[in-house]
Amino acid sequence: MAPRTLFEKVWDDHTVLVRDDGQTLLYVGRHLAHDGSYHAFDFLKARKMKVRRPDLTYATPDHGVSTATHDLASITDPEQLEVVRALTANSAEHGVMLFDLDDDRQGIVHVVGPEQGITLPGLVMTCGDSHTSTHGALGALAFGVGASDVYHVLATQTTWQKKPKAMRITVEGKRPAGVTAKDIILAIIGKIGTNGGNGHVIEYAGSTIRSLSIEERLTVCNMSIEAGARAGMIAPDDTTFAYIEGRPFAPKGADWKRSVDYWKTLPSDSGATFAREVALDAAALAPMVTWGTSPEDVAAVTDVVPDPARETDADRRAAMQSNLEYMGLKPGTPLSQVPIDRVFIGSCTNARIEDLRAAAKIAKLGKVKVPSWVVPGSSLVKKQAEQEGLDQVFRKAGFEWRESGCSMCVGMNGDVVAPGQRCASTSNRNFRGRQGRGSRTHLMSPEMAAASALAGRIADVRDYLKRV
Amino acid sequence: MEPFRRHTAIAVPYDQPNVDTDQIIPARFLRRKRSSGFASFLFHDLRQDEQGRENPDFILNKPAYRKAGILVADNTFGSGSSREQAAWSLVDYGIRSVVASSFGDIFYNNSFKNGLLPVRLADDIVRGLRAQLHATPGSQMTIDLEEQVVIGPKGDRYPFEIEPFRKRCLMLALDDIGITLEYEKQIAAFEQTYKGRRPWVAR
Ligand code: SF4
Repeated sequence: MAPRTLFEKVWDDHTVLVRDDGQTLLYVGRHLAHDGSYHAFDFLKARKMKVRRPDLTYATPDHGVSTATHDLASITDPEQLEVVRALTANSAEHGVMLFDLDDDRQGIVHVVGPEQGITLPGLVMTCGDSHTSTHGALGALAFGVGASDVYHVLATQTTWQKKPKAMRITVEGKRPAGVTAKDIILAIIGKIGTNGGNGHVIEYAGSTIRSLSIEERLTVCNMSIEAGARAGMIAPDDTTFAYIEGRPFAPKGADWKRSVDYWKTLPSDSGATFAREVALDAAALAPMVTWGTSPEDVAAVTDVVPDPARETDADRRAAMQSNLEYMGLKPGTPLSQVPIDRVFIGSCTNARIEDLRAAAKIAKLGKVKVPSWVVPGSSLVKKQAEQEGLDQVFRKAGFEWRESGCSMCVGMNGDVVAPGQRCASTSNRNFRGRQGRGSRTHLMSPEMAAASALAGRIADVRDYLKRV
Repeated sequence: MEPFRRHTAIAVPYDQPNVDTDQIIPARFLRRKRSSGFASFLFHDLRQDEQGRENPDFILNKPAYRKAGILVADNTFGSGSSREQAAWSLVDYGIRSVVASSFGDIFYNNSFKNGLLPVRLADDIVRGLRAQLHATPGSQMTIDLEEQVVIGPKGDRYPFEIEPFRKRCLMLALDDIGITLEYEKQIAAFEQTYKGRRPWVAR
């Protein structure tokens, strides 16, 4: 057989059939659902259909849940309440495994999947959410789909896809202090642009990527969608196997050995070809922060707000001007002098236990100057953090310690940034209005966000690391 | 969903690159029932201010474009969130086709499930079309799916590519599930061998 990439191996293993016109019917190994999947369940109901393989779908409410408490009564928006309830009802009706609000296993669906061992190498996974790319960190081919496709997966356990192309991003070198997985992926997006991975599955490779923990890899793959890619993947290795072993829905006993043997065959063959290759030097990186309204509008924290006058393309110049106007920023302003109004540490990008530990290390050094929230990625992450005393560290520094959910990443549950307010956020999207109408978002790592909370402005975490 | 063959309508030039789906429809409207209609949410926070007053500067609010049925965008239209509601709000508004030099992958897929045709044309052509539309506001364009050609306001023709499968589904308003169910035998057979190969996946 010709040499194949990681992505092609997983693709081939799940190909039910290829039509003459090139469309592939892919089998979905495991499917994840959340409160937003309710449209798809509605479509299913309208057609009086059943979930074909309820044992392959796992559900948890995240987008619309309150992060004040996990009582249903805390969900004040009637529409959100209805869809969170609908998930409970639909899961029961169809026999889908649910981690509901009163379950410790509840959380942001992309945090829960890996945590529970639902996410495994070599699987095709889908979810009605674009950040499904997160799961590729363990060597799954995982991509987000819309409501119609979720309905299709529920009904048939398959999805029609056109085969994407393979792209490899190789990151080599030792990361300087203060440079996190978030900075690596932001730097990648800055380099290739939000359309850079369009039509491709990105495989992240190189010594820097290999040296990342699984949680760090999840952060990298999470934002593959912000690079325009269909999915992001990292070849499974011993780090992956060690992470998965013993998790509730991971293979056990004889299956464990058999699965690991198989997973070891997944890394891209030498000689496999990639349609596109990009290289990045980790040693040259600095902590990153976005200044605009797209994740590609990113710079080192030591940089200044760029000047549209330098942009030669008239359309781009106009777009940049309007983005800076929206953001309320003047060209030439040092990013580290931009005052902020609030801080959000959370989301499927950066709300796992390692993220909270890293942020807490900085939080120890002072008191917040602006309202700052920590929203754990899952209820288990929250519990773990509390066992380690991190909640106390955050509280002492003046942070608010919340229940798990998507929260201010998307603002659907009422956790919003007020119009015109500037938020230092560990989430993945700085789109206009993403965190609430008129909100201004600066994306950064948890360490950077914690440092910014103490400074009341965008801060360079390295100034604080010296004191840790 | 409505079949799509040939669509002639007023075309609106939309100059912004990177139009993410959060801009097309803000998150707070996503939980409405599909049947309730999504037209009023299209570009909601751009079309009106917080008091619900129309923003006269927003292009869809200009008299020439109120009845637009085609949108000519820039690059990376529909990036970001997987919300299919972005496609719902466009078709419910009456926009049956978006022309751009590139699209967000998921938005592109979602469009076809809703009778919305995303057309990829080269960057310079898309810019040229927008310039023409700005020069003569309210002019019409035609998207001929059968012939796979975009006809600009001046009658200039631009062929476009589309996968045959998607073309057929759109022209006949075929629903994916109906097609897939015809392959039930293959799916069942796959499931059998998959179970043998990867026994740890099922619960
Ligand atoms: S945390 Fe944010 S990006 Fe992640 S699933 Fe929730 S809303 Fe989407």
